[in-house]
Amino acid sequence: MSHHIIEFNNVHFTYPDGTDALKGLDFRITHGESVGIVGANGAGKSTLISHMNGYLLPAKGTITIGDLQLNKSTINHARKTVGVVFQNPDDQLFMPTVFDDVAFGPLNLGMTRERVIERVNEALTTVGCLNLKDKPPHHLSMGQKRAVTIAAVIAMQPDILVMDEPAASLDPKSRRQLINLLKEFRHTKIIASHDLDLIRDVCTRCLVISDGEVTADGRTDEILLNEPLLEENNLELPLSLQHK
Amino acid sequence: MPNFDKEYFNIGYLDTLSYRQTFIHRINPGIKLVVTLVFILIVVSFSKYEIHRLMPYFAFPVFLISAGEIPTGVILKKIFIVSPFVLFAGMFNPMLDTTIVYTISGVPVSGGWVSYVSIIIKFILTISSALLLIATTSFPGICSALEKLRVPKVFVMQLLFIYRYLFVLAEEAMRIVRARNMRAFGKHGRDIKTFINIIGTFLIRSIERSERIYHAICSRGFDGRIRLLRDIKFKFTDIIFALLSVSVFIILRMYDIAELIGDAVLKF
Amino acid sequence: MHMADALLSPAVGTTFWAGSMGIIVYCAKKLKENIDERMIPLMGVLGAFIFAAQMINFTIPATGSSGHIGGGMILAALLGPYAAFIVIASVLTIQSLFFADGGILALGCNIWNMGVYPCFIAYPLIYRTMVKTGSGSRRILIASILSVIAGLQLGAFSVVLQTMLSGRSELPFSTFVYMMLPIHLAIGLVEGFITASVINFVKSMRPEIIESISLSRSLSQGVSIKKVFTGFLIMAALTGGVMSWFASSHPDGLEWSIEKIYGKPELPEQEHGIAPALKQVQDKTAFLPGYNFKQSDEASTKLKGGESWPAIGAGTSVSGIIGSIMVLGIILLLGAGIKILKTRRA
Ligand SMILES: Nc1ncnc2c1ncn2[C@@H]1O[C@H](COP(=O)(O)OP(=O)(O)O)[C@@H](O)[C@H]1O
Ligand SMILES: [Mg+2]
Repeated sequence: MSHHIIEFNNVHFTYPDGTDALKGLDFRITHGESVGIVGANGAGKSTLISHMNGYLLPAKGTITIGDLQLNKSTINHARKTVGVVFQNPDDQLFMPTVFDDVAFGPLNLGMTRERVIERVNEALTTVGCLNLKDKPPHHLSMGQKRAVTIAAVIAMQPDILVMDEPAASLDPKSRRQLINLLKEFRHTKIIASHDLDLIRDVCTRCLVISDGEVTADGRTDEILLNEPLLEENNLELPLSLQHK
Repeated sequence: MPNFDKEYFNIGYLDTLSYRQTFIHRINPGIKLVVTLVFILIVVSFSKYEIHRLMPYFAFPVFLISAGEIPTGVILKKIFIVSPFVLFAGMFNPMLDTTIVYTISGVPVSGGWVSYVSIIIKFILTISSALLLIATTSFPGICSALEKLRVPKVFVMQLLFIYRYLFVLAEEAMRIVRARNMRAFGKHGRDIKTFINIIGTFLIRSIERSERIYHAICSRGFDGRIRLLRDIKFKFTDIIFALLSVSVFIILRMYDIAELIGDAVLKF
Repeated sequence: MHMADALLSPAVGTTFWAGSMGIIVYCAKKLKENIDERMIPLMGVLGAFIFAAQMINFTIPATGSSGHIGGGMILAALLGPYAAFIVIASVLTIQSLFFADGGILALGCNIWNMGVYPCFIAYPLIYRTMVKTGSGSRRILIASILSVIAGLQLGAFSVVLQTMLSGRSELPFSTFVYMMLPIHLAIGLVEGFITASVINFVKSMRPEIIESISLSRSLSQGVSIKKVFTGFLIMAALTGGVMSWFASSHPDGLEWSIEKIYGKPELPEQEHGIAPALKQVQDKTAFLPGYNFKQSDEASTKLKGGESWPAIGAGTSVSGIIGSIMVLGIILLLGAGIKILKTRRA
């Protein structure tokens, strides 16, 4: 195992319509960490995540994934190393059945059919969805869809697991199940969310992003207790810490 | 015509039926597809003046409905909804083709009526068999059968993609319509200008969605090809089903069973 | 304007099946050679979009009735002809299965009527020649209306031809044409207007979307007119071949006359009963020119001199009817039996 690091060095990004979404991001995440990325809507979390596996390439600055600097020729390496679970499961689950969807990644990696089937079964068992194997995604609940997208990503066995708003539109019970599941993973984890309670439960470190810049970086329990800092970034104390 | 729309677009129910587990549902999708095609071809091969020879063919849809545990009402309703064009196109037969072909206890029946009824019966048979195919076979199953039959991959992928996003976008469309109806009082909001704004926005959103999908599949190693892992095996029952049904169709094409039975009854 | 299985003869149905399949294979090959990866999810989502957009209806100006879009020309304008054809074909396939629109045999005709004309005639010959990258919205409007109308007229005419060639409906050719073409002219005007407005809307809201799509598809842009015509020649030859085979093997030309096997009586028109009554209705309803073109008349005059046709006695038809009722009864009983057995076991 190489050292699973992700390093952003003065990363800038501007959308074609002229929106400056990232304005000089600097941070480094090392092997085994679980890092929350918090920030208000529009702060730049999703844009940042799109850079982690090379969907977007920085206009200025450098990104290093593992030992390699990210550019057009190392995109495939980045995609094998970093698995991304996107915000809307409907955008990610594009195949007609759960099995096909989870098998999509492993098949692209060129595995034999036996290995693929094994991987799919493993991944679906991990997230507790093996019984949904033959269902089409539109017959699943939101929580099940989310679990299957996670299975689809871990079936590729990435070193680093990245998630964008994993708890969005989940009911309380599915959200709790998700949190328990995430706690079990020993991957390097990066979770972008404005659900600070989830971050508090799952992540030990926390990056606060505001308007395309890192405004705070530190231990989760310290940052999420820092009310002025949160307010400054349009965030609120985690519910679990309010009224104490 | 809100009711028409509701029924016409109610495809979720057929789709749900197709995931049931009966003996019919478990038959190989490719076999079912081919048998249905043979059925339709044989049914339309009858001339326009043959009615009673079509009757025995009702055995096929009735068998699928009962053995596949499909509610009859659903199929009948769907048939009824799509019938106008056929009813229209056949409507002129009775007026224009007045040659008398039958005289039943003194009442003359013109060729036009015979051919009109024959069109309607063919319509019911062919449409019900298509609906029953989809009600007893999951759509992904049909697509893998098509792939096995060497239909181009791009086309099969396209079918799968549409099937997948049909339900997602249909819900989005419903939301848009609901929002429009809530804000529009009475007739307003269904005018062409609002309609164009809605469709335009919907189109932009759909294109954006396709970009997000592209993004998501790229991050899972998409390289322009979509690979499907399928192994369709032929079971013994599949082959029995195919042989039996196709030979029954052919026998019924060659021999006039209804008339033989009728003759026997009359002699008796 | 969906063609239906019940109106088709096997020959016409399979000929158009073969034609449409051939074009799908051709387009697939074209797309495989030079497709941008982005097009794959885009095509899929746009197919679903067309479906979903048809659920939203609008009030047709001046009529008060409601309509929905077809969307073929929007697809062609956005995706180019090859990808658009594949999308239209797959939308129609799903409609034939889930909505029972037309049926499976008629699918070939429907793909032909609603895919080939807009994608390979109207788009390259009209839309593409009129609209260039910098074209203004008025030009797009005119091009859209013209190309949508052309596509729909050809499609509607094609429905008429297929129905006539199949010989199942007695609908006189000219009546049918006079009914179909004006209706589709009106539909085409509205559809063309909507097509242009939607394209212009997207262009004004998100110009970069249109640009980036046209970049991804630029590789598979041009349609060679020569190839289009070669395709049509082949199809025409094929259809002509099949038809002339019929004409020669069956005396009454276009009809698939199994009457030869089965027999069609040559009874004189009776003076009483339904037929004369119908004849009256027929005379009264002669509201359209060309009404008197009547295939069966021609057929019967031709047949008079020919072989002697076995007449159907009353007895035969009665036994046929009794037999039919019995057969249906048995089938329904068996069906009900299976259902009852199944519910008992459950
Ligand atoms: N495709 C896009 N085109 C133009 N601007 C965008 C696009 N996606 C996001 N943005 C803008 O970039 C900024 C950051 O957005 P995003 O990364 O989605 O934030 P977050 O995920 O934190 O809510 C916002 O101002 C947003 O409006
Ligand atoms: Mg976001």
